[in-house]
Amino acid sequence: MRTLPRWILLPAGLGALFVVLPLVAMAARVEWGEFGALLTSESSLSALRLSLQTSLTSAAACVLLGVPLALVLARSDARGTGLLRALVLIPLVLPPVVGGIALLYAFGRQGLLGRHLEVLGLQIAFSTTAVVLAQTFVALPFLVLSLEGALRTAGTRYEQAAASLGARPSRVLTHVTLPLVLPALLSGTVLSFARALGEFGATITFAGSLQGTTRTLPLEIYLQRESDPEAAVALSFVLMLVAIAVILLAHRRRVA
Amino acid sequence: MRRLSRVTAAAAAGAMLLAGCGGGTEDPADDPVTLQVFAAASLQEPFEELGEQFEAEHEDVTVEFSFAGSSTLVEQILQGAPADVFASADTKNMDKLTEAGLEAADPVDFTTNTLMIAVPAGNPAGVTDLASLTGALNLVVCAPEVPCGAATATVEEAAGLEFAPVSEEQSVTDVLNKVTSGEADAGLVYVTDVAKAGDEVEGIEFPEAQEAVNTYPITTVDDSAEPELGQEFVDLVTAEQGQETLAGYGFGGA
Repeated sequence: MRTLPRWILLPAGLGALFVVLPLVAMAARVEWGEFGALLTSESSLSALRLSLQTSLTSAAACVLLGVPLALVLARSDARGTGLLRALVLIPLVLPPVVGGIALLYAFGRQGLLGRHLEVLGLQIAFSTTAVVLAQTFVALPFLVLSLEGALRTAGTRYEQAAASLGARPSRVLTHVTLPLVLPALLSGTVLSFARALGEFGATITFAGSLQGTTRTLPLEIYLQRESDPEAAVALSFVLMLVAIAVILLAHRRRVA
Repeated sequence: MRRLSRVTAAAAAGAMLLAGCGGGTEDPADDPVTLQVFAAASLQEPFEELGEQFEAEHEDVTVEFSFAGSSTLVEQILQGAPADVFASADTKNMDKLTEAGLEAADPVDFTTNTLMIAVPAGNPAGVTDLASLTGALNLVVCAPEVPCGAATATVEEAAGLEFAPVSEEQSVTDVLNKVTSGEADAGLVYVTDVAKAGDEVEGIEFPEAQEAVNTYPITTVDDSAEPELGQEFVDLVTAEQGQETLAGYGFGGA
């Protein structure tokens, strides 16, 4: 801090204010008298339940698919690794709506893969599975990115030592590599859960919106804006609290 | 690196100089006037056409449109968005404006729209009327919270049916997209949406649609910078010329 010029505090303070002010403004708009009633309405509860359910499933899917991906990206020096990394990170910079359209052309009824699933009697569009697919699509890069970074920082010294002592690759992975990056894995999982929880664009484009099946909390908030702005604000506030809790959790893990 | 930054700086300075010159050559006397029209998303095509006519009839006037859901637009106006004219897709959202006392004149009903069944080209699920929508097919409708969904609920009740949609969308455009992409076998949209979608969808009329006729009101907004121009635009929409344009896109008479 000593090495920083003092004037930097002003723009830094403005930056912090810029982020905090809208959140404070929203909290000020919450009708606390009806807060409980607004939150416990059937549609709100059902959206909250669905959101938690799908986001947890998506976070689990991110771990299953993202950990192997991060390992390959961090440890492989094969040609094409760079391209693979760029491809995997695309959902991070893509507008979610575009992701939703892409998912539709892949898994929709007329889609590349969906066409064949439809023949088998499997329909993904308009189902909770579609919500999980949309969330996993946008959340996966968060886990891959934070885990790959940690794997690179950890290096391969311990892995080489374990291998030289006769450990098989699978044993090195489970007993050396993964324990080393466990904090990053946890924070990556929490971040991907949070991203899944906030998913809106890809879900509304690809999965549709039906209470209890595909209408997650962000979709419910957007819909409530039409008819009941107070309920929308109350639900937004809940989502904000969850976001703050998630950041505290992920950040603490990272520092540790 | 140093050389590069010097070149960039020179280029930036040059660009600024050019921009400055460009601004100077314009005559400051005839200030262009911009008319801000906030209109329901379904009005986009006819209003853009009317906007061009309006611009042709008024020199130095630019009509700028903001097309979105009526509830979004009225919320923006209530929060201080600079609208001169507001055209709503239903009376409910116009009422929000008048309740806040933000209308500059009494709203006038200028057109109507009714529901229609939209099916993908070829009608894969063989939909014939409202009753056939209760069968085993992917039906997509608007959520009851939005105007097209309220209209859907009305015709549903009038026909004594109970739909089991696979999705209740946020807007009529979302419903139409699900039909054009073939994800849905049928959707309830407005007559004007079917007209807009062209060959990709087929429209099926049904008698119960008359139970839920959607009326579109228009008005000028209070505190407008261009109240006279705004009123002239409203007059254009309500006059024969405007009505013909609207009818061309499938809208009904007020």
